[in-house]
Amino acid sequence: MNKKLGEIICTGNKGKGIRSDCYVSLELTKEGGIDIQLISKVKVLFGASIIDLAKEILNFFEIKNAKILIEDSGALPFVIAARIEAAIKKLIKTDKEYLQELIPENLYDTQKDCNRFSRLYLPGNSPSLMINAGIHNPNGIILDLEDSVAAHKKHEARFIVRNALRQVDFYGAERMVRINQIPKGLEDLDYLIPHNVHLLLIPKCESPSQIEQVNQKISKIKKSLNIEKNIWLMPIIESALGVIKAYEIANAAENVVAIAIGLEDYSADLGTRRTNEASESFFARSMLVNAARATGIQPIDSVFSDVGDMEGLKQNVLKSKALGFDGMGCIHPRQIQIIHDNFAPDEAEITKAKKIVIAFIEATEKGLGVVSLGTKMIDPPVVKRAQNTIELAISLGKLDKDWNEFETEK
Amino acid sequence: MKKYDNLIKNAVGRMVPTEINGEKQVPFKGVGKFIPTGRKHAPRIESCTNYPADGNKLVPNLKEALIKSGLKDGMTISTHHHFRNGDVIANQIFDIAHELGVKNLRWFPSASFPCQEHLIKYLEDGTIHHIEGSMNGALGRFCSQGKMSGLGILRSHGGRYQAVQDGDVKIDIAVIAAPTADAFGNANGVEGSAACGLLGFALADSQYADKVIVVTDNLVPFPCIPWQIHGNLVDYTVLVDQVGIPEKIISGTTRITKSPDRLLIAEMTAQFCDEAGIVKDGFSYQAGAGGTSLSIGIYFSNILKERGIKARFIRAGSNKYPVQMLEEGLVDYILDGQTFDLEGVRSMRENPGHINTSPFTSYNYHGKGNFSTMVDVAILGATEVDVNFNANVVTHSDGYLLHGIGGWQNCLFSKCTILPIPLFRDRIPVIKDEVTTICGPGELIDVITTERGIAINPRRTDLIEKFKNSKLPIKTIEELKDEAEKICGKPAKANLSDEIVAAIKWVDGTIIDVVKKVND
Repeated sequence: MNKKLGEIICTGNKGKGIRSDCYVSLELTKEGGIDIQLISKVKVLFGASIIDLAKEILNFFEIKNAKILIEDSGALPFVIAARIEAAIKKLIKTDKEYLQELIPENLYDTQKDCNRFSRLYLPGNSPSLMINAGIHNPNGIILDLEDSVAAHKKHEARFIVRNALRQVDFYGAERMVRINQIPKGLEDLDYLIPHNVHLLLIPKCESPSQIEQVNQKISKIKKSLNIEKNIWLMPIIESALGVIKAYEIANAAENVVAIAIGLEDYSADLGTRRTNEASESFFARSMLVNAARATGIQPIDSVFSDVGDMEGLKQNVLKSKALGFDGMGCIHPRQIQIIHDNFAPDEAEITKAKKIVIAFIEATEKGLGVVSLGTKMIDPPVVKRAQNTIELAISLGKLDKDWNEFETEK
Repeated sequence: MKKYDNLIKNAVGRMVPTEINGEKQVPFKGVGKFIPTGRKHAPRIESCTNYPADGNKLVPNLKEALIKSGLKDGMTISTHHHFRNGDVIANQIFDIAHELGVKNLRWFPSASFPCQEHLIKYLEDGTIHHIEGSMNGALGRFCSQGKMSGLGILRSHGGRYQAVQDGDVKIDIAVIAAPTADAFGNANGVEGSAACGLLGFALADSQYADKVIVVTDNLVPFPCIPWQIHGNLVDYTVLVDQVGIPEKIISGTTRITKSPDRLLIAEMTAQFCDEAGIVKDGFSYQAGAGGTSLSIGIYFSNILKERGIKARFIRAGSNKYPVQMLEEGLVDYILDGQTFDLEGVRSMRENPGHINTSPFTSYNYHGKGNFSTMVDVAILGATEVDVNFNANVVTHSDGYLLHGIGGWQNCLFSKCTILPIPLFRDRIPVIKDEVTTICGPGELIDVITTERGIAINPRRTDLIEKFKNSKLPIKTIEELKDEAEKICGKPAKANLSDEIVAAIKWVDGTIIDVVKKVND
């Protein structure tokens, strides 16, 4: 094993405003055994268990002599372990990974066409935001390794994201990670694919070959670990070239389930400014919706970045839905409910869908081949859409699952 | 004199002393079980012939007022905390006592604040023997480390009134810092540069202390209107340059929480109240000034607006949010115990529906009723709750005494008491097998709402029945505890010695629990 002696490696975060994180300084020494120093706001209650964990990890990597200082602000074990391992791997070369349990709560899968109204972005190196993200019920949670992580923190963020995928309960949300731009993003995959990530967001996507590169690497990892399940992809279009190539990208592979637009970078690429009216991005958004519909996948809109403006967000969602989008990103948990409420079918849509579904049920009971509402014939695709609307309304709590009993009682 | 003696197990199973600082004590006997007999404590009879007929009771300074009041060793000196962290008078009192070489004083504040850290040196040199009142920050730490000569005693706001009224604590000299007063001693909290809203915490002191000194920096000609403190109870008045630091008394702004997790807890709590049928025309609630409580008020206010109904009263420490509701006609009255921001002070000055209250009217357990039992729902905080719904508000899980009881114990008597709390703070689970310190017995705590689920006290079979088919995440308290421990790990026990450093009084003056010394 190659070891770097005498160099002090620091990982993690500390200081004012930092919570649920820890800062680790590690130095490998020639002799003197393991010297652990712990400063922690929860020392009385968890000091012994933190020190045990540190010893276990050092032992796992066969480190016999080291000085380690842990400055803890109430970090959970998955964070402490990630910080220590990230520091160790700057100092020794090894293929070993210190993997904590992949908790049973996280062993679910998601469907290709599951609801993706909302996906909550979380900075990949900020564990405090990850712990409670799932309780806000977004459709997806994105652990972001790209723009929200500073260049010199990319290494340690991968360990946090990997450990979060294993240890943090996502409460049923789709488990997503935004990897770095290709080709750098390919290096991220080793930290994600074995840990039941459901979907990868591929930023600044401009060609189908980027999708192919990702899929090749995924196949390789899956093969080596005997993983069978699908990993979904959501390329993000963030440039003029990407917009022009949207159809090819959407059509690049079977596991591309959605295509998203990132308007900050796109506006910059156009040489214009992003406005609330969004006329500058009308073409791009329409292009994206058409590319998605042409290939049978979901078109997903950009984030609305003013977290204090809930009315602005609502208008944005309504516009987005009118353009044909199926969902959008969010950067604050309070945006989730508004996004769900407004992407969801409204009262008029639900009422109409109920009438159609009841007409369909009655027609079926009577053995009629044709469904009609009043004097109007209803085509099968319309019935199917009405059924989807009803299912959606039920899943969003806008309609009782026994609605039909109430309706027929009346 | 021993700090404490003769321990006995009380009704919640805690070993508590029956003698503290040389005085006899009654152990907690259960809610409503201890019924006192006898008559209230009374101050001496005075004659107006001994007071200036022109009503001018001004003396040149606080030192002279204290000397004239007979300041001497072993006395009990009381102050109020309406100036919060902007109080300057308490420190001056003990500077003077120190200068005069007076020893072994009992300081009896309605609460202490970090600005009074200055007094630690007087606790060390024997000027102050011990504190009876909430101790936070550095004073809490000092007491937790067992450094105080006497045993600390913590009471609720209502319990403090009860203790004074019943003669459990006989105040020798009450010093009442007042934003506005006249030379006769009439005083209020709504006018003046140090305006703090009201002076209710000083009511008992003015009524029962042997000597009463009113200190102000805004002396107005008689009569000072309104007169929440009556000059007829006052011995001396003192004019000083500054009675308090305004920006530390009142925070110019009070904000609702921005934390999405806390907002979620607030939203769930408001939904719970609504589904329970509590939020209806003419209802009432008690809410604190914490971010989560404020947000619940916003949700209530939205429901009221939407349905075109209004609340009858809010019992509160007020700030701009209840004031807004009052001014929008969403509530008839604010029954205010302490005012937290400038809008609260303005409203109390201007709105006839914004009423100043006191621990006597709102909370006193040894009276002919009090307001707290009439409140439909009280929404309160806690540092810890246990699986029997007992709750702690004074110590942290590491054993340190860091908060006062405030009106918390008193508010538990509402028709429905809800504690909205996060399931864990940083890594520290809030729900435990046993709380470090029992401040409120579980039988009075009905509901715990957390971001991961709501637990209803099994005693509230009516609520459990009502929420059988609710979409809200109703769980048992054990389930919530397990969930927290699964995420955080099971915490080790705090490192506490057997030595007792403070006692926690129940609202009836009995001892519900003690605080142990923290080992370093």
